Amino acid sequence: MAVLIDANTRVMTQGFTGAQGTFHASQGIAYGSTYVGGTTPGKGGTMHPELNLPVFNTVVECRDATGANATVIYVPAPFAADAILEAIDAEMPLIICITEGIPVLDMVKVKRALSGSKSLLVGPNCPGVITPDACKIGIMPGHIHRRGSVGIVSRSGTLTYEAVAQTTAAGLGQSSCVGIGGDPVKGMDFIDVLKLFLADDETQSIIMIGEIGGQSEVIGAEYLAEHNFGPGKPNKPVVGFIAGATAPPGRRMGHAGAVISGGNDTAAAKMEAMAKAGIHVADSPSALGSTMVKALKK
Amino acid sequence: MNIHEYQAKELLRRYGVAVLEGHVAWTADEAVEAAKKLPGPVYVVKSQIHAGGRGAGRFTNDPNGKGGVRVVKSIEAVKEAAEAMLGNVLVTKQTGEQGKLVSRVFVEDGCDIKRELYLGLLIDRETSRVTVMASTEGGMEIEEVAHDHPEKILKVAIDPASGIFPYHARKLAFGLGLEGKQVAAFQKFVLALYGAFLELDCAIVEINPLVVTGKGDIVALDAKVSFDESALFRHKDLEALRDDSEMDPKELDAVNNDLNYVALDGEIGCMVNGAGLAMATMDIIKLYGSSPANFLDVGGTANAARVTEAFRIITSDVNVKAILVNIFGGIAKCDMIANGIVEASKNLKLSVPLVVRLEGTNVDLGKKILAESGLAIIAADNLADAAQKVVAAVKGA
Repeated sequence: MAVLIDANTRVMTQGFTGAQGTFHASQGIAYGSTYVGGTTPGKGGTMHPELNLPVFNTVVECRDATGANATVIYVPAPFAADAILEAIDAEMPLIICITEGIPVLDMVKVKRALSGSKSLLVGPNCPGVITPDACKIGIMPGHIHRRGSVGIVSRSGTLTYEAVAQTTAAGLGQSSCVGIGGDPVKGMDFIDVLKLFLADDETQSIIMIGEIGGQSEVIGAEYLAEHNFGPGKPNKPVVGFIAGATAPPGRRMGHAGAVISGGNDTAAAKMEAMAKAGIHVADSPSALGSTMVKALKK
Repeated sequence: MNIHEYQAKELLRRYGVAVLEGHVAWTADEAVEAAKKLPGPVYVVKSQIHAGGRGAGRFTNDPNGKGGVRVVKSIEAVKEAAEAMLGNVLVTKQTGEQGKLVSRVFVEDGCDIKRELYLGLLIDRETSRVTVMASTEGGMEIEEVAHDHPEKILKVAIDPASGIFPYHARKLAFGLGLEGKQVAAFQKFVLALYGAFLELDCAIVEINPLVVTGKGDIVALDAKVSFDESALFRHKDLEALRDDSEMDPKELDAVNNDLNYVALDGEIGCMVNGAGLAMATMDIIKLYGSSPANFLDVGGTANAARVTEAFRIITSDVNVKAILVNIFGGIAKCDMIANGIVEASKNLKLSVPLVVRLEGTNVDLGKKILAESGLAIIAADNLADAAQKVVAAVKGA
């Protein structure tokens, strides 16, 4: 089954004819995903010169003509919130926004528009979502993935690849990998993806990778304590890691989200909350796979 | 992006936020001129640095003297205070031991303080909304209040669809125990501040303390404004307020080269792609018994030129005894990074051990380029291997 996307997902791209949109759509197609077209306002009615897929002016037109049920956004940051809002207005079931550097107050408005809408948003500032051997939406290198049993959810792009490589090397593979992104105001959070993983038969274990700043890892861990661990519950083994144990307080470490602000959003506090919830905390980013192998033997 | 108090107050005044009259001065003579424009007889001379705790801070040349904010009662005393501050280094609990050089002071009108409150606006990631925070504990660090007395912090989240309404402010005003005309003054203040926050794309605005005067006015005694870097493209005029002297020179260099760099005090220079992996790389260096000299995310579009700039900035730190390059190629391609490493090594004549771990897109090509370069590069197979090798290189040196 996997989560969010599978072999039936029909992907459209916003910012389709730009360099990023073109390159990553071609990579997604090469991976075997179904890409059906996209939008570049003003170029509607033409064919994408390299991909030979139709270009539309609006998301609604593209959706109606192609049957797209997921959209990926590569629109530059100043215009990205506009693109997300257009996709919400078009009632796209799944919106994945890769764009980095969207103004936070733009995302505050987007978040408000999402509530009560028919759309799920992944990102922004994320690598995207992949279900190995079925569908790749985003910028992750496809070849490191193997279809398997571990669901991966992460705030960090390249650290997700690390978890993928380690679970592939351990022979476990991945059911789906969801990069939720490093921004403070975003679409799906840990708790939302964890719910999907718990309900998914193919996902037999979970890796969650967080960062300093905010409370979303703690909220996710508390959700698992209540809904995953215990008699009569799924009891899927979960491995956790938090990046930023050595980050000095108050400094922005690349991700706008990665600032230690209060006292309870440090790496140590989050790892403690994870351990308390029953999550196996990896002490090193190189031990994600091996910690999972150990957890599965218990 | 942070700005100085006097700049923040100038901006906020334009949005109808109540601030005291004051003028910036770069010399003691300018401070005297500034004071002459004020009604007196009480003046406040305030060191302008991007750090809090100025009042309780001390100057390195006069550790037993007065702090970085002084209340004085004559123009002559304004001059003395400005002379004592300008050109000297102020150490506060937010500056670190090295302190910050004071190059300008703000001379402000005195104020009859009846109560000191706290008011802050920020984007709360849990509610995804702009949130107004207020507390009766003015003048204290809000983090300490949050830790010791969370019940003393009042919060109101603003729905972006409706925006702020007077009842939001009234809720806080009555919670703070304000009464009579203070309530209306507070309401006006909060609504004006919210307007400024949205218009200027702020990340955080703190008024600490917010003062209730003897006459019942509400006025900002201090103001800290920080802008969302991602939104500066629509506020070109704010760029002029950036004070480069407040930044670490290496960090400034990095910003000018579009690199994400934070200087730290360890001995292993790091070059990584992706913020999460960069932090994790710092963590694993610590785990193996050494410490990182920096955080550096070269980003997804790294090319040879950027890699060279990154190496130049890393090696300009004299504490760096070895360098670890950790790349998991997604958008960033390993062959491109490898070419950058080879070019940089030749141009910069690297004199410290260099450990390189490449993985992901075009990894085989990248490894081949490094192997054929003839450079003394220590290749690593994975993250743990890389960390062990770079720590060993430092310990052996």
